[in-house]
Amino acid sequence: MTRNVDAIVVGGGIHGCSTALHLCLAGMKPVLIEKDYAGRHASGVNAGGVRQLARHIPEIPLSVRSMGIWERISELVDDDCSFESYGQVLVAENEEELAVCRARVAELNALGFTHEELIDAAELRRLVPAVAETCPGGVVSRRDGAANPAQTTTAFRRKAEQLGAIVREGEAAGNIRHSGGLWHVDVGPDTYAAPVLVNAAGAWAGKIAAALGEPVPVETVAPMLMITSRVPHFIDPVVILRGRKLSFKQFSNGTVLIGGGHLATPNQDRNETVLDWKSLAISARTVFELFPVMRSAMIVRAWAGIEARMKDDIPVFGPSSRHVGLYHQFGFSLHGFQLGPGAGAVMAELIVNGGTQTRVGDLGIDRFHPSTL
Amino acid sequence: MTVAPKREAYDIVVIGAGPAGLAAAATSAEAGLSTLLLDENIGPGGQVFRAIGSTPLTERNQLGADYWAGADLVQALRASNAEVIHRATVWSLDRNLEIAVSIGGASAFVTAQRVIVATGALERPFPIPGWTLPGVMTAGAAQTMLKSSALVPDGRTLIAGQGPLLWLLAAQILRLGGRIDCILDTTERGNYFAALPHAFAFLTSPYFTKGLSMMREVKAKVQVVSGVTELSASGDGQLASVSYVAGGKRETIPSDLLLLHQGVVPNVNLAMSAGVEHRWDELQLCWSPVLDANGDSSVAGIAIAGDGAGIGGASAAVARGRIAARAAVEALAPAAAAKLAPMSALRADLAKAERGRIFLDTLFRPSPQFRIPSGDTIVCRCEEVTARDVLDSVAIGATGPNQLKAYRRTGMGPCQGRLCGLTVTELMAQARGKTPQEIGYYRLRAPVKPITLAELAAVPKSEADVKAVVRG
Repeated sequence: MTRNVDAIVVGGGIHGCSTALHLCLAGMKPVLIEKDYAGRHASGVNAGGVRQLARHIPEIPLSVRSMGIWERISELVDDDCSFESYGQVLVAENEEELAVCRARVAELNALGFTHEELIDAAELRRLVPAVAETCPGGVVSRRDGAANPAQTTTAFRRKAEQLGAIVREGEAAGNIRHSGGLWHVDVGPDTYAAPVLVNAAGAWAGKIAAALGEPVPVETVAPMLMITSRVPHFIDPVVILRGRKLSFKQFSNGTVLIGGGHLATPNQDRNETVLDWKSLAISARTVFELFPVMRSAMIVRAWAGIEARMKDDIPVFGPSSRHVGLYHQFGFSLHGFQLGPGAGAVMAELIVNGGTQTRVGDLGIDRFHPSTL
Repeated sequence: MTVAPKREAYDIVVIGAGPAGLAAAATSAEAGLSTLLLDENIGPGGQVFRAIGSTPLTERNQLGADYWAGADLVQALRASNAEVIHRATVWSLDRNLEIAVSIGGASAFVTAQRVIVATGALERPFPIPGWTLPGVMTAGAAQTMLKSSALVPDGRTLIAGQGPLLWLLAAQILRLGGRIDCILDTTERGNYFAALPHAFAFLTSPYFTKGLSMMREVKAKVQVVSGVTELSASGDGQLASVSYVAGGKRETIPSDLLLLHQGVVPNVNLAMSAGVEHRWDELQLCWSPVLDANGDSSVAGIAIAGDGAGIGGASAAVARGRIAARAAVEALAPAAAAKLAPMSALRADLAKAERGRIFLDTLFRPSPQFRIPSGDTIVCRCEEVTARDVLDSVAIGATGPNQLKAYRRTGMGPCQGRLCGLTVTELMAQARGKTPQEIGYYRLRAPVKPITLAELAAVPKSEADVKAVVRG
């Protein structure tokens, strides 16, 4: 049976759920199609960083837009998403790194962005008392923080459904095609038809784009994370390092999340990842050196979520360069979680109004068009 | 003294030195394959033959003849060339057959052509009101203390539950002069009728006479209340009394120690974390790996033997261990298999050992009220989540154990769901009107047992790193 809806969103990550929710707020009736369940992959198992800090310049406007939504997240989804805002701190471990930080902040200020702030050793020690004495400073983004990714994605999904979105979980979107002016997508025995199709399928989105004639340089990656047993409270902000692959966050229950981008081997077809313990050991060594208080903590669990990384490390966001009614929202390259709420809002504006006040033009898929490469 | 594995790669690595692991390692070493046996305990034996080489209990009838059968397995292993490392906790196994093992606070990595997982069984959770009070423990924990240290209870002791191990433990405690005030038997009356069609096989099984004489021995000395349909423990910070309902009548008995047991279930954590497919077993009410006749799992190169392959008891575990090892030898060194017992003989041993199992599984199938708690009863001990919390989360959209993590952190504590996983699956299945198979289980992750950050930090750098440094 074919059901007509206003939009078809493929992918139940934070982005698909957020776009479905914002389309509902704009008075549309979308269907959200998720092959597993909402938040099954990267959106549900990432580090939960709500970070404007250290972003690529083309995506900063979207990140700033998103931050405003995060700060009122309960009003939007009726769930606090365990969002907390103790800032995020980028630690420079030596003077060379601090010089890079200084140049970066100056560059952002020149562009009119003020969320990143250079800090000296004293302020660093005030924010992160446990950090090694040798670190000369860093950068802070004070409004940043962290949230529970699975709780957040689930909350967006739930709210979208409450507002009228049809949520189909457990069966993949199949046979995506355009005919008679509408996009058609099969889900099991059902077919949905709509003038709008949003490709928010995460690690699976590159295939969809390619099948629709818009191949992009994207790979599937699985960044690893590990979490420790509870240790006494010693740190509030999220800490990332300038020179090494490490991010670090202590939750209110005392557990500490250690990440930083070391990669597992993904097996996309099996929904599976094989962890690389020798790389995780590098993260453990870094923490061991920087935070002596962590040395006796137990590693309780390690995992990796499957996601898409673009060759140029910034997402594909906006209308298709080939097809009317097709929109892309994928390739967030290990830093898409914070962008989710804002990206959904902006995507809904692009779909409903045909434009947005938020500058996202540098993220379009046309940057990979053969004529521009 | 800490002994690291002698090599980086083996033909066969066996994990667990219970009956299945001992038999498997001895078999593959006998065939001349390089064999490493990794075991978490201080000596061989697993749970059933715990402390077989070191128990202070030397009078053989105290632990029973079946216990001492373990000594032969240990002897066969020691006569072989298998490399054996105890106090070795395997904390990761993946589909590339890479194994991470913690030995004396240091981790090592080894690889294998074949891995035989023989990680045995765990006691089924028994989530009654008050089960987390100090003074309430599992029968298995009591048996561990008995076998390794000859410790038996001397306060007011109750044993509640059902199953062959419960009667074995009661007999062992009594033989050692320990105290048991009362046994509260929770076997459902209807189970006797359900089990009847399978009784003939059981009558001809080795369990029958042994089981009957053990129950007779215990019943001669201890009051047994049968048909218990409700059970709860209470006390202020410490167990004070146990209440139960039998025959519609409620009784409360003062108590210092309550030992709970309602059977054992496969210890699936390591196999599941390696990606081995498991299915819900409707009779045994637990997850069991999907295996072929040789014990080979859905992950190429990983076989599972012993109770981890589905509860079958010690004799079946020995047979399965030999079958899995023989199959591995046939695959890796076909010529060497000739010197081993033929597969047909091993399969006959297994069939004999499994006779009567359906009867036991049916008779001792635990009742729903002791598996699926309600109200304020704790489900997840690590995060203190109650049955009501789980149901509230289902009501607002949690559809399975993995989604529940987002709401309640169940299964995310150090036990990785060992104490709550089955309860959560069955509770959610009941609440959502689905089968446990449809509801699923926690996705399990390494480290299967926690390791310290310092230990992980001390892991040798990868070859690529070493090369990078050498290249400068």
